[in-house]
Amino acid sequence: MTEPLWELTAERAIGLIGGGELSAEELTAAFADRAGNDPWAAFLAIDREGALERARRIDAATERPPLAGVPIGIKDVLSTRDLVTTAGSRILEGFRPVYTATCVERVEEAGAVVLGKTNMDEFAMGSSTENSGYGPSRNPWDPDRVPGGSSGGSAACVAARQVPWSLGSDTGGSIRQPAALCGIVGMKPTYGAVSRYGLIAFASSLDQVGPLARTVRDTALLLSHIVGHDPMDSTSLEWREPIVLPDAERVDGLRVGYVEELMGEGVQVGVRTSVRAALDRIEDLGGTLTPVSLPNTEHGLATYYLIAPAECSANLARFDAIRFGAAPPEAGGLVEQYERARGEGFGREVKRRIMLGTFALSSGYYDAYYGQAQRVRTLIVRDFARAFEQVDILASPTSPTVAFPLGERTDDPYSMYLADVCTIPVSLAGLPAISIPCGLSEGLPVGLQLTGPAFSENRLLDVAHALEAAIGFDERPEGLR
Amino acid sequence: MSARQSYEPVIGVEIHVQLATATKMFCGCELSFGDPANTHTCPVCLGHPGALPVTNARAVELAILAGHALGCTIAPRSTFHRKNYFYPDLPKAYQISQYDEPVCLGGEFVALTPGGELRVGITRAHLEEDAAKLVHAGPGGRRAGAESSIVDFNRGGTPLLEIVTEPDLHSAEDAVTFFKQLRLTLRQLGVSDCNMEEGSMRADANVSVRPVGSQELGVKTELKNMNSFRFLERAMEAEIDRQIAILEGGGKVTQDTLHYDPDSGTLHPLRSKEEAHDYRYLPEPDLVPVVPDPAWVDRLRAALPELPVDRRRRWMAELGITFEDAEVLSESAELATYFEDLAARVDPKAAANWVRGELRAQLRERDEEPWESRATPERLAGLLELLDARTINVPAAKEVLAELIERGGDAVAIVEAKGLGQITDESELDELVARLIADNPEQAQQLRDGKEKVLGFFVGQAMKATEGRADPKRVGELVRDRAGV
Repeated sequence: MTEPLWELTAERAIGLIGGGELSAEELTAAFADRAGNDPWAAFLAIDREGALERARRIDAATERPPLAGVPIGIKDVLSTRDLVTTAGSRILEGFRPVYTATCVERVEEAGAVVLGKTNMDEFAMGSSTENSGYGPSRNPWDPDRVPGGSSGGSAACVAARQVPWSLGSDTGGSIRQPAALCGIVGMKPTYGAVSRYGLIAFASSLDQVGPLARTVRDTALLLSHIVGHDPMDSTSLEWREPIVLPDAERVDGLRVGYVEELMGEGVQVGVRTSVRAALDRIEDLGGTLTPVSLPNTEHGLATYYLIAPAECSANLARFDAIRFGAAPPEAGGLVEQYERARGEGFGREVKRRIMLGTFALSSGYYDAYYGQAQRVRTLIVRDFARAFEQVDILASPTSPTVAFPLGERTDDPYSMYLADVCTIPVSLAGLPAISIPCGLSEGLPVGLQLTGPAFSENRLLDVAHALEAAIGFDERPEGLR
Repeated sequence: MSARQSYEPVIGVEIHVQLATATKMFCGCELSFGDPANTHTCPVCLGHPGALPVTNARAVELAILAGHALGCTIAPRSTFHRKNYFYPDLPKAYQISQYDEPVCLGGEFVALTPGGELRVGITRAHLEEDAAKLVHAGPGGRRAGAESSIVDFNRGGTPLLEIVTEPDLHSAEDAVTFFKQLRLTLRQLGVSDCNMEEGSMRADANVSVRPVGSQELGVKTELKNMNSFRFLERAMEAEIDRQIAILEGGGKVTQDTLHYDPDSGTLHPLRSKEEAHDYRYLPEPDLVPVVPDPAWVDRLRAALPELPVDRRRRWMAELGITFEDAEVLSESAELATYFEDLAARVDPKAAANWVRGELRAQLRERDEEPWESRATPERLAGLLELLDARTINVPAAKEVLAELIERGGDAVAIVEAKGLGQITDESELDELVARLIADNPEQAQQLRDGKEKVLGFFVGQAMKATEGRADPKRVGELVRDRAGV
């Protein structure tokens, strides 16, 4: 039996299209069919006709673009012109932006075909996609479990082979954690690597766009097309060394530090076992292992939950349901209209964080909360700097647990926040990190997080690629085999 | 001593000037005034989700220029904050503004007064963006009682420089003097057009009073909405009087923000609800710090032209012209240049008189400015030389000037062509005077009897006979001689 087209990785699909064995339209149609049947609720919107039209145009063009018409899923937090963009929030229901995010423009220019917008926790706040205003997504490995979040839809659609790859955003782990829980690869680049123009802001000093895919090479390929300075984003960086497709098979001489604080209690035994086994592979491939301490890791969560809500309280104040998004509710006056629009349009977690952030910035509290958090953030940055004096990269679990059952943590915000305990310190330090699947625990995927110094993307991808081959993880969810 | 004289007003001002950039502070939208509403907008200045600000480099340059002119230190690194408040004129629900790290710090502006100098400390100057414009539909155009309000985002995101002074001003008059000279400086540097009516220059004043001799500051109030020098002065006067009356009556001034109503000339407190702001300042994570190249900052300082105040001071000292002349002649850089060119060729005082007086008067009728006129400094100098040499008299000079303005050309040639030169031939004048005395024996007798007024009669007759070409002074002397006075 021939392999279905939707099993193709992007790299293989591009090869087949380049060899004339496959058209972009055929490929897009195959993925569109599969995305159209969406028991995982990975998508919020699918633009089948638009995608097919763009694929046809690529087929008809004299010069084939590098990404050759391979379909892509776009997290709904990224602005897409004329394609409804809600950031998972009811307050943006039906919102059609007037412009497209730079990173989406870049992948489209490179020849990727946007198939649809993926589900997410509202305004990227959450770790399970259960905070979506449009219902949760499900994990292709077990539909009763969460796919992680907030880029849960972007991870689920790749794991479920509805698209070969997707774009997500990561503020405290929102690419890496769902990638881990869905058994795929996800990368958060260095802060500033990818333009945030058109990324609906949650916490601007932490938000970063990145790729999710089934292989490290696809991840690298997608990343290579989105990095670089954008005049529309002052915080975006010049990218001098291009992202190259990794081909390393060994990691000779590589010094890997495993983060002691993230290998003990609080991390499930099965997760620890899988991660340890992956660390053994590093030694097999010629690397050395050293325990490394990041002493301020324990403060990561508290720091994050002051800085991110503070920034979000400002970022989300613009949503008034008047100038864009959902129709303004009937009300007696302007203030009542604002109150109803925001009261009904925002979900509980979003309101909780707006309240937290507003409080943390209030006169008389700023220094004790936001100011203190900024100071601790500096300590965390220093922890990493010190660690990278001893080792080349750091390794840890991506998530302390495997995918948890839907509904298990929705009434306990703190336990939900703990899902990002391994990823948050990296975000606070603005460093690049990649999560690759490294095994199963209780039949569910476990993610290994590799973190490097700023701009070490190529090295991280090389190491991840060598490890990926050595681990030999079968990333097909059992139900799809 | 009146109550007024026993108190000293203490005034500090905050001035917002709209920077003369082509585009907005954080996006590429064109700056405009008077264009149809909401025609200069984009996702950035409309605060659309995902849009990001980018700092306008020209705005930074103009702020640095202004900083140099104000004697400020230019911060090697300055940053932006978000100032949060929820209002329909602010689409992001925060204003991007510099907060604890402004671009310009600690300077001094010296204004000239007829009696000397007025030194005003500059606390800081910082960059920020303007809010959009609210238009209230309904009677009076005020928010209260409006049937509806609409928002014009054309103004939203306009670059502003807010200049904050120390409380160094001690009268409304001084405040206005400072204000006018600051405005002149910023205009001549091209920092802002400072058009108060169009709102490109706005002032708030912090006013308090204290007993003369006291070093403590009284409770201050903040005055807003003063969009002309006249309103500014009146509002401050009214507030000083109000505070003194309160204190004289045994009361206490409360710290309020007051809105000046130019129609009634009175001040109204803004409702406290509108004032109870906690702006929750937050470092703006979407922008990188402003770190200007020090060499560039130095180049801007070195390239600074002579400032109007310095020019006035120099003119008064070196050219000997009056404060008033200097004030008028430095109103614009073009006029100042015109005057300097002229003053280098002829007596500066005469140059000042003619430029301020006859030249501007004649040009006003034609709606022309001196520097665009055919009457160039060189041509006008030629005319003033003829006058100085008494080749022509003042009425003739005015006629020549009109010709210069109309057609240009050379004063000497015009005088010749029109026959306007004074009669310099003594015998011709002497004959004329002799004839006049002979023809008017009665008046000649009166003159001999000591009626000095009659001298004017003879001069008038001589001017009439010569069609204005006689030198009236010389005619008078000759009449006296001939009449034997």
